Amino acid sequence: MAMFRQCPDSGLFFHKSAESLMKAHAVLGVVYLLIGGVLGLLVALTRMPSLHVLNAEDFYLALSIHGTAILIFWIIFFEMAVLYFAASTLLRCRPATPGIGWIGFLLMVIGSTLVMVAFFRGNSSVMFTSYVPMPAEPIFYLGLILFAVGALIGCFIFLGTLVIAKKENTYDGSIPLVTFGALTATVIAIFTIASGAVILIPTLLWSLGFINHIDPLMYRTIWWALGHSSQQINVSAHVAIWYAIAAIIFGAKPMSEKVSRTAFLLYILFLQLASAHHILADPGVSSTWKVFNTSYAMYLAVLASMIHGLTVPGCIEIAQRKKGFNNGLFEWLQKAPWANPVFSGMFISLIIFGFIGGITGVVMGTEQINLIIHNTIFVPGHFHATVAVGTTLAFMAITYFLIPVLFRRQLIWPNACKWQPYIFGGGMLILSLLLLGAGTLGVPRRHWDINFSDAALQFQYAGTAITMMGIAGLGGLMAAVGGAMFCLIAVGSLVFGKRLDPGASLFSSFGFPMAASCYNIERPGKLELAPIEQTGDSGVQAKGTFVLALVFLASFVVYFFINAKYLSSIWPMG
Amino acid sequence: MSILPPSQKIWWKEPIHGIEITWIIIALIWCLVLFAWMPYWHIYGKQNLSNESYKTPPEVFEAKANAMAKAHTVRTEPKSNIPVVKPPAGSDVYMLGRLWQWWPILELEKNKTYRLHLSSLDWQHGFSLQPTNINLQILPGYETVVTITPDQSGEFAIVCNEYCGVGHHTMLGKIFVK
Amino acid sequence: MQRNDNQSATQGDEPIPPMQQLLDNPFMLVFIGVLFPTVFYILWGIMEIISIPAVK
Ligand code: HEM
Ligand SMILES: [Cu+2]
Ligand SMILES: [Cu+2]
Repeated sequence: MAMFRQCPDSGLFFHKSAESLMKAHAVLGVVYLLIGGVLGLLVALTRMPSLHVLNAEDFYLALSIHGTAILIFWIIFFEMAVLYFAASTLLRCRPATPGIGWIGFLLMVIGSTLVMVAFFRGNSSVMFTSYVPMPAEPIFYLGLILFAVGALIGCFIFLGTLVIAKKENTYDGSIPLVTFGALTATVIAIFTIASGAVILIPTLLWSLGFINHIDPLMYRTIWWALGHSSQQINVSAHVAIWYAIAAIIFGAKPMSEKVSRTAFLLYILFLQLASAHHILADPGVSSTWKVFNTSYAMYLAVLASMIHGLTVPGCIEIAQRKKGFNNGLFEWLQKAPWANPVFSGMFISLIIFGFIGGITGVVMGTEQINLIIHNTIFVPGHFHATVAVGTTLAFMAITYFLIPVLFRRQLIWPNACKWQPYIFGGGMLILSLLLLGAGTLGVPRRHWDINFSDAALQFQYAGTAITMMGIAGLGGLMAAVGGAMFCLIAVGSLVFGKRLDPGASLFSSFGFPMAASCYNIERPGKLELAPIEQTGDSGVQAKGTFVLALVFLASFVVYFFINAKYLSSIWPMG
Repeated sequence: MSILPPSQKIWWKEPIHGIEITWIIIALIWCLVLFAWMPYWHIYGKQNLSNESYKTPPEVFEAKANAMAKAHTVRTEPKSNIPVVKPPAGSDVYMLGRLWQWWPILELEKNKTYRLHLSSLDWQHGFSLQPTNINLQILPGYETVVTITPDQSGEFAIVCNEYCGVGHHTMLGKIFVK
Repeated sequence: MQRNDNQSATQGDEPIPPMQQLLDNPFMLVFIGVLFPTVFYILWGIMEIISIPAVK
């Protein structure tokens, strides 16, 4: 039976059941982005000292939901869609066991719903980290476990699909780099979820009363193997998407397969060790362990990110120069399609992830510098640059590509599409920078009232810190507008967008396959090797990118030593 | 094209761009500097986290803090009713975190060194000494010992920066340095 | 552009370099990707926590 259709615009092949799974996961992801985004706005407005919109109890509830819904549910649902895309669509292969894929999806839906129910019942405002011994309701842990099992199923189906593709010979040579990036994400996901099981299952039993003690330090150490590694899934996934968008928009080919894949291998080996970032200010774990792990074994995973940071824009530069945009250092960048949200979203994601997220992450992950940063609002400042801009904006960018290609709907409001990445990215940039600033002045994260109005003792933060929190709220508002635009465009296009294919009915926008007549290909032609191009030294050089990279390095070095200097000014301790 | 299989079956032997290899070398050097900085700071830096810590049951820690307070209380802070304790320079000083206070208040001498013991009696708390900005994670059942030397005088606050329930934002402590 | 002649001519029988074989093998990657952090982060970390002394 013919199960494939070919998208006439992109030439990609979609298998009926993989396509439905992709759609279902992506749509659920956007639902959680919406929920998380609304609460994020309320959180940001509460942390504006002048507005302070929620009361304390609601604030901690809203923050728990914001973190969980957006960081875990939005990102992982979307990542599952990316995995199906990278294996089934890119390799022109049927997905392994789609029926079990639906079971995985269902588990993720049930699990995330249980967690939401636990939140709204009001007794589980424990933040997404749920540090013991502060208890949440059992259904909170149960929901997380079910969600994780569902995601694990998605990972195994990804691997299974790779096996089938190899066996059925759907492609020639090695898997594409983008699929390799998705494989990296899968590997990290498997470790992540296994760690999650190791710690959350006993915690569930503890909350049910079968175990009477969970060691808080043990919990934190193993929990962060889940919590931090899951961020590394995001990094791998969004780097893969950067490469994908560079290929889709510019036809860019990796500068060197060897270098890019080796960089991903460094991720596989070392990225997950950095879970230790979260344990640096904890008692009991030795400095040797901290230094080794926090540095990803001598910063080899940072090296990998710095490599991707060069090769992604580098491959775009080379593709652009070959098209004739060869003047000066930056004509290739000036003449890039800045009005196309697929490109602008991706490029803003890359720049802010690297310059803000990357640099601050390494600085605060330095064992001793962490003393001046641990648990301050600097930390959310850092990860809104990484996960809210780096990952989320990259996912948004690829969505602008997927709505026509996967859902076969035209995007509504082209003007709003054009501006959305700038509004979201710009707002997040303001939010991040000001949270980083306020954090440097010691403002705590997860804190309802930094004016301490109903505390027995008193303390006043510097006026600048209070002002910065106020401006951060405005940035948050702008980001929320950008986020809302995205959700409206995405859902609006699925419902009201012009059908590009007669088979793309309303129903098919939300997970169901398109009309049967669309699927008229029994077996797509074998995926051929990429055409040969001049590579290596003899080809065009990415000089502009190299200059950008040097600017990056200079900022990195300066910012690192500023913080080292700051550290040397606090009370001597040891 | 990154969405197609590599153009060569054997891509491992492809030549690498000059700027790519240059960048890898530069980046690797910087990575090694970053790495070396941490052991360097352990030897030459003055701000390090101690590696001294113990498994300490909350009631044991509380008893020690009480004993210290009993021996060295100089006055009581009127509004909060928390004792202000002035331990001798160089001694072992205890401060406990509980819902929602840091107890007791300390009075220390500038440029004198103390062994500060920290632990929690209930949930996790965050010891955030402001405005000097030192931040430590405090866990129930574990005791951290840091040797500190206040080198500024004045009134310092300890903000709790680990979420510890609805009263979290009211959890403050004090250290006076004279 | 032309397929690099001497390269494509020799590619048929040339053995795949070991590093490429590793990178082409998803299950090896899963194995090392789980092994490394389990040993260095989790097991070493747990050993550290277990060996924290009880207070005197
Ligand atoms: C609509 C735009 C957003 C706004 C206005 C916003 C605002 C904020 C603010 C102000 C905080 C810090 C609160 C605190 O510690 O007191 C926060 C926390 C957080 N945000 Fe966002 N955010 C947004 C979007 C996102 C996105 C897209 C992600 C990730 C994909 C994200 C992930 C997180 C996480 C994980 C936390 C930490 C929660 C915790 O401490 O438990 N946010 N957000
Ligand atoms: Cu507290
Ligand atoms: Cu607290």
